[in-house]
Amino acid sequence: MTVADKGTAGSTAPPAPTGRERRQHRRYRLDLHASPYLYIAPFFVLFAVFGLFPLGFTAWVSTHEWSLLSDEHVFVGVGNYETLLTDPYFWNALGNTLSILLLATVPQLLAALLLAHVLTQRLRGQTFWRMGMLLPNVASVVAVAVIFSQLFGRDFGLINWVLDSLGAGRIDWQAGTASSHVAIAVMVAWKWTGYNALIYLAAMQAVPREVYEAAHLDGASRLQQLFLITVPMIRPTIVFTVIVSTIYGLQIFAEPQLFGGGGPNGVTGGASRQFQTLTLYLYEHGFNRGFQFGYASAVAWTMFAVIVLIALLNYLFLRRIRSAS
Amino acid sequence: MSNRPTRAALAAVAAAAMVAAGTAACSGEDDGTITLSVGLFGDFGFGPLYEEYTALHPEIKFEERIAEFADHHTGLTTHLATGSGASDIEAVEVGYISQYTAQPDRFHNLLDLGADELEGQWLDWKWQQALSSDGGALIGLGTDVGGMAMCYRTDLFEAAGLPVDRDEVSALWEESWEDYVAVGHQYSAATDGGFFFESSGNMFRAMVEQAPEGVYDRENNLIVESNPAIGEAWELTVEAIEAGMSNRLQAWTPEWNAGFNEGTFATIICPAWMTSYIETNAPDASGLWDIATVPGGAGNMGGSHLVLPAQGEHPEEAYAFIEWLTAPEQQQKVFESTGNFPSTPALYEDEALTGLSKAYFNDAPVGQIFTEAAQNVQPQYQGPLQGDVLATIGQGLGRIEEGAQSPEEAWAQVLNDLESF
Repeated sequence: MTVADKGTAGSTAPPAPTGRERRQHRRYRLDLHASPYLYIAPFFVLFAVFGLFPLGFTAWVSTHEWSLLSDEHVFVGVGNYETLLTDPYFWNALGNTLSILLLATVPQLLAALLLAHVLTQRLRGQTFWRMGMLLPNVASVVAVAVIFSQLFGRDFGLINWVLDSLGAGRIDWQAGTASSHVAIAVMVAWKWTGYNALIYLAAMQAVPREVYEAAHLDGASRLQQLFLITVPMIRPTIVFTVIVSTIYGLQIFAEPQLFGGGGPNGVTGGASRQFQTLTLYLYEHGFNRGFQFGYASAVAWTMFAVIVLIALLNYLFLRRIRSAS
Repeated sequence: MSNRPTRAALAAVAAAAMVAAGTAACSGEDDGTITLSVGLFGDFGFGPLYEEYTALHPEIKFEERIAEFADHHTGLTTHLATGSGASDIEAVEVGYISQYTAQPDRFHNLLDLGADELEGQWLDWKWQQALSSDGGALIGLGTDVGGMAMCYRTDLFEAAGLPVDRDEVSALWEESWEDYVAVGHQYSAATDGGFFFESSGNMFRAMVEQAPEGVYDRENNLIVESNPAIGEAWELTVEAIEAGMSNRLQAWTPEWNAGFNEGTFATIICPAWMTSYIETNAPDASGLWDIATVPGGAGNMGGSHLVLPAQGEHPEEAYAFIEWLTAPEQQQKVFESTGNFPSTPALYEDEALTGLSKAYFNDAPVGQIFTEAAQNVQPQYQGPLQGDVLATIGQGLGRIEEGAQSPEEAWAQVLNDLESF
């Protein structure tokens, strides 16, 4: 409305601007230039306070011998990082994290792709199926972890009961390295497969029907259509889901923590640290007996570097596929 | 300029939010009532006592916050360090008390609030445990003590051809833990590999608690490697593990809980508080569990204090409450309702306590059993990270149970892990 007012005022004979009008004009220009920034400011202010500042502060803390229990903060430079890189438990945690990441992400994304492919077909009760996909994702991580921990129970777990009645014998899921990784990966996959399927589904809707029709005429099977048409055409979405899943997968915490139970095994990820992830390792040092925030901060930054590195590798890898095809 | 009012409204909302955030931090109600928050791990059986106290003092109300055992203590440490978030009254288990007596300024000194006149009310060692190292401050009042006994499944003992009567069972291992393990061998052989006990960590801990010195000496040095009692306890526990006696259960997990009802293991070390846990966890096993004495003499496992963090704003009211709550009359009521055994010796002469028996445990005379257990306890010094040290050793035993390491490897890793303490 103000713009319209000014427009009509400008089209008639322009009188010499009075002091009041000049002020108004300045305010208008200020409004024009500053307001957009003001509108987007809340996000950036919040991000600065709760995102950027803690990030920087964590870096600062990570260069100190900094415990919650003591008021003295001794500067140690890269000392925490040196200790970290020479700690075999750290490398163990990194290995566990990568193993769980692979076990959880690869089958999960493949399953999501297949599910999305099925959901693009004409089905009865389409909305029902699509909503059903999302349900596991709505459940709280803690609830999922608690229930699955019971399912994977050694003596009275449902899965062992089934295995036993099939004659396959019981598995002490928690005790073994591989078995515990599988159990945790199942929890992650159960929660995120449907979510990724929906994202793929959305991307698939944008692929022109004509391409499929042409392929169909050429005699391509459904599966060929999926891998030769759909996958190449939704590649940006695949890149997105791979990177997001990787970031999530590298930060897995609640699942192994609850899987380990309430005692010390929940902190170390089993008595042999067989399923201690990086975040659990961070938790062990930062929020356990010593409350070593300095060391935990160093873990956090190292994790950040690992995540960036792996996301970058993923990206380069997926780009290579594109240029190859 | 239609956006002017909007902005003004936004500013008003923001300002209101800030004011609201500011006032929310203040506690205390306008009508003169005071709400005391009580932070516990598990149910201490205080429920009816809150009501009783509120009936006596209508201005005091209670809010109970229950957390899981380890989370409770980690949370308390965090809240103390950051100066906010702790309850007015917090429970501290004996494995953690030394960690807090080392920083007495974070708590209200109960000697200044009236506890100085009550010293004789508790077992001497219970009182000592809550004193700061210089003796100038008392941070907590004792609730229960965990004099140990041994709970066993009569049906499983019978099936294994072992005696069922509690005196005869006590006699089996009266002398030592070696005898207990010998009975375990017998049990395993008779039941074709049945599990004799639930977890090796618990057995190890019970043996250590009975020794004159535990994992710390009085100067707070870790003596895990040099204390012969620990080496012996480790060896014997390893023997039991290698004989397949352990059910390899981790305490407080669903599997462990189910084990009580299903009878997957035959014995479990039973401090007084464990009896109520068994009773609530295995309601269907009534009459199947019984209580004998623990091998190797008396010892204490567990038990708690109530402390008042200095950040609490109502020290007088909170103190008046915990003084009342830990007085013999109330401890007696807690014992009757939950089984947590009183730490006040005045009751040990009282027929009302010593005469109590529990129908669930075949009418075992729990009052008498646990009175004797508590009276015979030779107090052991508990160091600052007592709970964590025992947990670390327990994990070492866990690695042997899982078959992940040999006993030698596990022991080496325990010592290595303890170096970072």
